Amino acid sequence: MAIAITAEGLAKSFGETAAVAGLDLAVRAGELMALLGPSGSGKTTFLRLVAGLETPTAGRILFGDEDATRVPVRRRRVGFVFQHYALFRHMTVAENIAYGLRVRPRRERPAASEIDRRVRDLLDLVKLGGFGKRRAAQLSGGQRQRVALARALAVEPRVLLLDEPFGALDAKVRRDLRRWLREVHDRTGHTTLFVTHDQEEALELADRVAIFNRGRIEQVGTPDEILDQPATPFVAGFVGEAVRLPVDAAGRWIRLGPHSIPTADENIAGPAELFVRPRDFALADGAADAIPARVVAVRRTGPARRAELVLADGLPTVEIELALDHAVARGDVLPVRLAKIRLFAAR
Amino acid sequence: MHDGVFGEGRAVRWTLIALAVGFLVLFLVLPLLAVFSEALRRGAAAFFATFDDPDTQAAIRLTLLVAAIAVPLNLVFGLSAAWAISKFEFPGKSVLISLIDLPFSVSPVVAGLVYVLLFGAKGLLGPLLDDWDFKIIFAVPGIVLATIFVTFPFIAREVIPLMQEQGTADEEAALTLGASGFRTFLTVTLPNVRWALLYGVLLCNARAMGEFGAVSVVSGHIRGLTNTMPLHVEILYNEYNFVAAFAVASLLAGLALVTLGAKSVLEWRHGDALAPARRH
Repeated sequence: MAIAITAEGLAKSFGETAAVAGLDLAVRAGELMALLGPSGSGKTTFLRLVAGLETPTAGRILFGDEDATRVPVRRRRVGFVFQHYALFRHMTVAENIAYGLRVRPRRERPAASEIDRRVRDLLDLVKLGGFGKRRAAQLSGGQRQRVALARALAVEPRVLLLDEPFGALDAKVRRDLRRWLREVHDRTGHTTLFVTHDQEEALELADRVAIFNRGRIEQVGTPDEILDQPATPFVAGFVGEAVRLPVDAAGRWIRLGPHSIPTADENIAGPAELFVRPRDFALADGAADAIPARVVAVRRTGPARRAELVLADGLPTVEIELALDHAVARGDVLPVRLAKIRLFAAR
Repeated sequence: MHDGVFGEGRAVRWTLIALAVGFLVLFLVLPLLAVFSEALRRGAAAFFATFDDPDTQAAIRLTLLVAAIAVPLNLVFGLSAAWAISKFEFPGKSVLISLIDLPFSVSPVVAGLVYVLLFGAKGLLGPLLDDWDFKIIFAVPGIVLATIFVTFPFIAREVIPLMQEQGTADEEAALTLGASGFRTFLTVTLPNVRWALLYGVLLCNARAMGEFGAVSVVSGHIRGLTNTMPLHVEILYNEYNFVAAFAVASLLAGLALVTLGAKSVLEWRHGDALAPARRH
């Protein structure tokens, strides 16, 4: 598959701190990729480097085969959507969307009637037909973000870059816009990079996810790969509400406090880290390797119930997800079994 | 009427209000009324006769000229400074911000004296200027310089906080959409600060026309040549020509009232587009 954007050894430092510490990434043409990581992990800086809003201290950026490292922002033809929309407040919605076309030099500028037609098409695409005459201040957050996207699409960008596009919106609007962004992407086919710190958003929306940590990329993969085969301890700990448990690995057994857990992975020996998620535990009535876990708290999370468990004194509490009809109370002892083992040698 | 949130009684509240209003009347309203009543004491004819005097006309013309030069220059300076301070990081930024406030903290008389020391006949650059036969002190250029110095914080001060609050995202958006730097400035940056800019221009203009101290030092008080309106008021007053003095003064006071009115309209209509500190 054709590669739309390539980063080679890309680095950016602000004074002493390296925001992006030399990373390589290849984004396929037409894919929707999420850049996911904790705040300060360099994902936004990376996005701005791709856009040309920052100049790299080292490395190269290629758009297709063309070296874009020294191409100024205004000639890169990227569509950039800002977290707080950055709509031009003194212009109407239609003027905002037309801006990128109107500022073109006369030779390249479409005729006024053509611009009007494009603006109307884009308004329809972002489901804001009839809103052209309004001003940004008269729109809701979700509507503003859609205008911002239409404005970015108007210049027919080679890549679409979105910086925390839903960060400033409330949960319900976020979910709707997420689905809608996926639709727009599938319809227009732009290569799209979007930054987020919300893993649910990244894993639900993206074709592939790049996990950022301390200015580097830990793993690039499909949501399934990221969730099921985390490549590094960081990824294992970052996604899926994981809890890290210190363990000792010895051949086919993992020692967790006073308990022994069987494992198929015999490659790791000595001190290790076990990452467990709420769905990794199963109830194991009567099984030989069941761990008696003490329930210290119960809470409702959406369609399920979560019980907080102490596996052994001194270990961090873990969670188990239970069906709603499963009666459980604080103080109960549940026999549990680990259905999935995610083990990494201790660093 | 119930007690306020702080539990203060009615008496306390009314005392405070009465104090504030009394203070305003005593120090602002009464003097203003005095200016107009003195100016009109001998009737409208005497009032208008003042403005037939060529020296008075020259003073008004000079004041308008000085404002017409100082305000646009400070507009350019204020915008550039605000732009530099709010959109870029550079060494010495905090020094620049403090320097902009300097005219607020220095006595205007001192400001005027500095120019005399620099450009006066015995000043640092005096001999050089003498060679070129170019007069700054006791001439119009000196008055313009002193006025620019005294009024330069007004516009910058209005625009800087607003630009800082607005950040650079709008400009970045324009750049990614293909606009040039200048185009971005004209179509995005300038419209974003236009009301704050107008507000600053109003204040700057009022001060430029009303400045006395610094201008008095560098002007030389040559009637018909280097006399601005405030200086002219003083001369007339010292000559016991009270009606004329107050007539010219009433013109300045009128300017102040117009400025105040325009300022209120701006705050009322475009309060949300002015500097964040001024929002209510």
